[in-house]
Amino acid sequence: MSGHDAVRSSLRSGLQLALAGLVAAALLTLIWSLTRDSIEESQRRAALALLNVVIPDALHDNDLLADTLQIEDAEQLGHREPVTVYRGWLAGEPSALAFEVIARDGYSGDIRLLIGIAVDGTLTGVRVIAHRETPGLGDWIEATRSDWILSFSGGSLDNPPPEQWRVKRDGGEFDQFTGATVTPRAVVRQIADTLVWYQEQRTQLWQPAVEESK
Amino acid sequence: MSVTPYRNIVSDGLWHNNAGFVQLLGLCPLLAVSNTVVNALGLGLATMLTLVASNLTVSLARPLLRPEIRIPLFVLVIASVVTAIELLMNAFMHDLFLVLGIFIPLIVTNCAIIGRAEAFASRNTPARAALDGLATGLGFALALVALGGVREILGQGTLFAQAHMLFGQWGAGMTLTLIPEYRGLLLAMLPPGAFILLGLLIAARNAIDSAAKQRIKARAPNELPSGEAAQA
Repeated sequence: MSGHDAVRSSLRSGLQLALAGLVAAALLTLIWSLTRDSIEESQRRAALALLNVVIPDALHDNDLLADTLQIEDAEQLGHREPVTVYRGWLAGEPSALAFEVIARDGYSGDIRLLIGIAVDGTLTGVRVIAHRETPGLGDWIEATRSDWILSFSGGSLDNPPPEQWRVKRDGGEFDQFTGATVTPRAVVRQIADTLVWYQEQRTQLWQPAVEESK
Repeated sequence: MSVTPYRNIVSDGLWHNNAGFVQLLGLCPLLAVSNTVVNALGLGLATMLTLVASNLTVSLARPLLRPEIRIPLFVLVIASVVTAIELLMNAFMHDLFLVLGIFIPLIVTNCAIIGRAEAFASRNTPARAALDGLATGLGFALALVALGGVREILGQGTLFAQAHMLFGQWGAGMTLTLIPEYRGLLLAMLPPGAFILLGLLIAARNAIDSAAKQRIKARAPNELPSGEAAQA
C-alpha cells in the first residue's frame, strides 16, 4: 500500500473509532438521563434506611434528610472534614440526632460508625458502616456478624460510668473479642468520646433551624 | 470455516470450555465476589448480560469491523455495555450495587468477554453470537455460584444470606442456615481459601469429565473419536 493509501486508511480507521465513540456516548447519555431520577431516589432511600436504623420511626416525625447541621470542626469525632448531623424531631421537640464518627485507631485503619443519640444523651443505636478490620477477628463489630454492636443501645455516660467505658481488658465493662482487642477497643473509645462531645455541644446542636429569608 | 452447531455452543460454554473452570478467565471477580451465593449470582448475572449484549453488538457490527481497530472497538462496546448495566443496577438494585461495588465496572476487564468477542462474535452470525454469549455467561455464573455456595457454607454456614438484595422482598425468607451457631472456617472467606477451593472444584470438574469420557469409550470402543462423530 502506498504511503498515501496508508494515511487514508489510518484516517478512516480513526474516523470510524470516533464515530463509534460518539454513538456510544449518545446511547449512554440517554440511559443516564433515564436512570438519573431512580438513582437519586435509591440513594435517598438507602441513606434514610440507614438513618432509620439508629433513629427509628417512633423517634421522629420529620424528614431526617431535610434537617441537617454541618459541623465544621469534628476532630473529636474522628473526622478530617466537616460532618453532617441529621436531626430528628418529635412534635416539634428535639428527639434524636444521627451522624457518622470515625474510630481512627482500628487495627487496619479507620472504622466508620453511624451513631444515634437521643436528646437526653442516651445512645439510640450504633452501627458500623465501613471498616477494613480482619475478617473473622475484627469484623465481629458488624451487626450481621454478631450482636456486640447492638449492646451499645441505651448506653450513656452514666450507664456505664465514664471509667467503665472501656473493654474488659482495660478495666471496663465491654467485651472484647477472642484474638482481637484493638478493634473493639477503638470502637468503644470513639463512642465514649462521642458521648462526651455531645454533652458539650448539646445546646448548639439543638438550636432551632434558622428561617430562610423569603 | 466450519460452523459450530448450536448444541456445541451451549455445551462448550457451560462445560467443555467453561470460562471459570476451564479457560480460567475472569479470575479476579471469580475469587473476590464468590464469598456468598447472592454476591456471586449478582455478578454472574451482570456478566452474563454483558456477554450477550457485547457478543450481539460485535456480531451485528461485523461489516464495519476494520481489522486494525477491532480490539479498541471491542473494548468500546464492552465498556459501554457495562456502564449501561452499572447505571441500571444503581437505579433498580441499589443494595446489591453497593455490595458489589467496584466489581461491576471491573467486568470490563474480564478477559472472557473480550475473548468471546474476538474468538467467536466477530466471526459468527448474531444468533450464534448471542447464544455463545448466553452460554459462556451462564457457565461463568454457574462457576461463580458453585464456588460461592461452597465458600458460604464453609465460611458462614448459610446459603443465600442477604438474598433480599437480589430478589427483593421475596428473597427475605430465602436464607438457609445450614450450620446454626457456626463460627465459620476463616480460610474459606479469604483469598487463599478461594484459590484452594477453586482448584478443588476444577479438579472435580476434570474428574467428572474424564469419567464421562471413559464411559463413552467403554460403551463404543470401535467408533471414531467424538469430534468426528459429532459432525455426522
